Amino acid sequence: MNNALLEIKNLKTSFRIRDDYYAAVDDVSLTVNKNEVLAIVGESGSGKSALAFSVMGLHNRAKIEGNIYFKDHDLANLPANKLNKLRGDDMAMIFQDPLTALNPLMTIEEQIAETLLLHHKNLSKKKRREKVIDLLNQVGIPRPEHTCDQFPHELSGGMRQRVIIAIAIANDPELLIADEPTTALDVTIQAQILDLINDLKENMNAGIVLITHDLGVVAEMADRVAVMYAGQIVEIADVHTLFANPRHPYTRSLLHSIPNIDGGNDKLHVIQGIVPPLHKLPREGCRFAARIPWIDTSAHETNPELHEIKPGHFVRCTCHNQFYFPDEKKKEEQADGIS
Amino acid sequence: MWKFIVRRLLITLPQIVLLSILVFVMAQMMPGDALTGLIDPNIDPAAIEEQREKMGLNDPWYIQYGDWISSALQGDLGQSFRFKMPVTDLVEQRLINSFWLGLVTLIFTYIIAIPLGITSGRYNDTMRDQLITGYTYIGFATPLFIFALVMLWVGGFQLGWFPTGGSVAPGLEPGTFEYALSKFQHLLLPGLSMALITTVNTVQYLRSEIIDTKQKDFIVTARAKGASESRVYNRHILRNSLLPIAAYFGFEITGLIGGTVFIETIYSYPGMGLLFMDSVLQRDYSVVTAVVLLFGIASILGALLSDIILSLVDPRIRIK
Amino acid sequence: MGFLEVNDLKVHFPIRGGILNRKIGAIRAVDGVSFSIEEGKTYGLVGESGSGKTTTGRAIIGLNHITSGQVMFEGKDLTSKKSKTQHVRKDIQMIFQDPYSSLNAKKRVLDIVAEPLRNYEKLTKIEEKLRVQELLEQVGLNPESILKYPHEFSGGQRQRIGIARAIALKPKLIIADEPVSALDVSVQAQVLNFMQEIQKELNLTYLFISHDLGIVKHMCDDIGIMYKGRYVEEGTKQDIFNNPQHIYTKRLVAAIPDIDPQNRQKQKHLRDEVQMEYQQYYNDYFDNEGLAYRLRNISDSHLVALPEKG
Repeated sequence: MNNALLEIKNLKTSFRIRDDYYAAVDDVSLTVNKNEVLAIVGESGSGKSALAFSVMGLHNRAKIEGNIYFKDHDLANLPANKLNKLRGDDMAMIFQDPLTALNPLMTIEEQIAETLLLHHKNLSKKKRREKVIDLLNQVGIPRPEHTCDQFPHELSGGMRQRVIIAIAIANDPELLIADEPTTALDVTIQAQILDLINDLKENMNAGIVLITHDLGVVAEMADRVAVMYAGQIVEIADVHTLFANPRHPYTRSLLHSIPNIDGGNDKLHVIQGIVPPLHKLPREGCRFAARIPWIDTSAHETNPELHEIKPGHFVRCTCHNQFYFPDEKKKEEQADGIS
Repeated sequence: MWKFIVRRLLITLPQIVLLSILVFVMAQMMPGDALTGLIDPNIDPAAIEEQREKMGLNDPWYIQYGDWISSALQGDLGQSFRFKMPVTDLVEQRLINSFWLGLVTLIFTYIIAIPLGITSGRYNDTMRDQLITGYTYIGFATPLFIFALVMLWVGGFQLGWFPTGGSVAPGLEPGTFEYALSKFQHLLLPGLSMALITTVNTVQYLRSEIIDTKQKDFIVTARAKGASESRVYNRHILRNSLLPIAAYFGFEITGLIGGTVFIETIYSYPGMGLLFMDSVLQRDYSVVTAVVLLFGIASILGALLSDIILSLVDPRIRIK
Repeated sequence: MGFLEVNDLKVHFPIRGGILNRKIGAIRAVDGVSFSIEEGKTYGLVGESGSGKTTTGRAIIGLNHITSGQVMFEGKDLTSKKSKTQHVRKDIQMIFQDPYSSLNAKKRVLDIVAEPLRNYEKLTKIEEKLRVQELLEQVGLNPESILKYPHEFSGGQRQRIGIARAIALKPKLIIADEPVSALDVSVQAQVLNFMQEIQKELNLTYLFISHDLGIVKHMCDDIGIMYKGRYVEEGTKQDIFNNPQHIYTKRLVAAIPDIDPQNRQKQKHLRDEVQMEYQQYYNDYFDNEGLAYRLRNISDSHLVALPEKG
């Protein structure tokens, strides 16, 4: 049985900088299955948001190559009117900043009802309102009838994010893309929103793509994880494997650089150098090589590809086989010295 | 919201009082007074002085101001020495004429500004947009009085499509259809001339509002809902961009006042602007004072109107 | 006598309203906060948006008007008129949250970093340039880059420029307001490490304002938790993380995502439990206005806002 809901094949999304196009998403292939949360992790500039926007067709002036298969359609080559039938209905998106993602001049009811209206034209006004109230209930808004007639500025950030989620789930989408859904929120609110998405997942029977930079959020939410660096996927694995046995140097460095919650004022690991800007990305060889200069250049592949090292666990380039942290090496040497 | 409006009105009152004092003091500082134009230079200066005393012209300024403002409130703005009639009567007809001219100009302004602004903002940095912004730059650079002269020469004299002066053809009976039509014809050319120049502000304003709104996050939300491009524009971008334009409406009125002075002079259209020019040139002080006061009040009311419109259309203010 | 002592600090902002726009009430952004910091330590001030943590920091440095209360720095009262002299202020500097907007984009690095020097010290052009280069070197930036503009640097580098500016006058206390929340994880590590390094080097004291408990735990010795302008709990790092007493602290601690996916169920369970407790015993922790009670000692170092028993 084919369980795939969304299949991205060799996707390349390029933006124009001055006179040339530069790929922010560079040859990405991914599958999202029904009933799973796939997390896409990366820092700013990794291309994770550009990937999400490509799937939803929300880029204005980008060049998109490759294929995005969803429900017998290729989203990468779909005319606008057909795309609009899918957006908000079969696939929906939750945005990062609840303070700006709602129209300040429309009531909450109007904004949620709009997405109902667009895909169910024959729904009466009364039915729409009922459905809106029902949705607000589902996302845990305390007084839905009252909130309906309010404007966004009258709600707190957490409440607005719930409204945005209500808009996204209004038509029971099969694919839900959440782009940093909790980054702009306070920790306790973040926990509530994550729990809400988790609860919805069980009832919705949807595939969820969770875009985030927060590894804690990934650990709590994801079934599978794809790590992106400089426009490419560098590692894919199920969540337990990724946290227990990360392979790619970038994944390992990221996990290494977050403060250990068990305390200790030890020095944090710092990844050398910076993520190069889009127009200066190296397009050949291992893109992470410059950040781990102590690793011998022969460790990298000339044309790094994703290798399946265990079923379902993919790692790009061969450099992970020889990777070690500089302080680990020191420890080894010390150990050698003692013995 | 009513609180906001009441508060706004309360601010307007002292503004108008302050304005009237300012206008009065300026009038006082002008050489000559109400008597200067009335009297024969051959009369004995002592007699003039006596007359002055009688008219209260030697009183301290605040008493004179009190007299002036109390009679102004009763509708007495003094006598025009040139027209030899009460200023109030003189102003009344002119005010009505100027009102019509202003209205026609505003209608033209928006008829031009809204489609141009929308096109320019929606298709920014295309050929169409460049043509429209090109027009706005020309509009910014062209002095109104020169443009109005050119329009008068082309539309009035060369092509002969429009009347070249006055507010109505002579010999028509007020109240008849011909009279109204003639009135309207007299408004078209001055209104259009002024609108073509003053509208460029609004075009630019609307253009930048639309470009700004286009990039807002909630537009992405609307697209993600599956709204078509036309719906995104009509329901979200336009609605949100027109709001500041609506609020700008009051200030538009203020802007008209300066324009009418030129336009009415060039088209010899008997409105407040022409009256102002004539009175200044003729040193008809009581009229100048009255006209300046009315212009000032119109500006203040324009700003008031803008704020009230904004409070009505923007929910973020409406709530307070 | 502590190094920095804050006593019953209150910062109220007026609410205006009515037809005449008169003051009709006050937002009690900071409502009776007291704490003290020892020299060379890092004190974490934690809370969510609207808790008053940033306002507290800004009030100490003089960016917010203090309604009442006292701020004592090395025994000098910063709130009294007399000591509003510049020399005390010079010992306290601030690092801001957003490295993208807190630096003037139109100024060169030289001018940005030299600004405090120009305010307090009279240096010749050459001396100034040397000092700035020295400072840039200290924060790990290329001293040659003094003529560059902020946009030519990455986020982490920009935050270092902000730090260079803050340490230019050799301050004793630095108030760091969410210094890494706008940065990526790897850059965050860089800045945090660096802050610890210069702390040792210059014997700095930090007031570290943050909403991120993970980072606070990593950086701080003592921690104060704020909620709606008041303290709900204060203690050492161990007190707060191993033995949280106030329900709000418990909620915060429970809300931190666990980095180990194995603990997912456990974590969810813990959160549900805390949420139950929160709903059930809310009235035991907050007064009629939903504000925290006064702090009471439960051990030498550990204070919790609980009602008087009786």
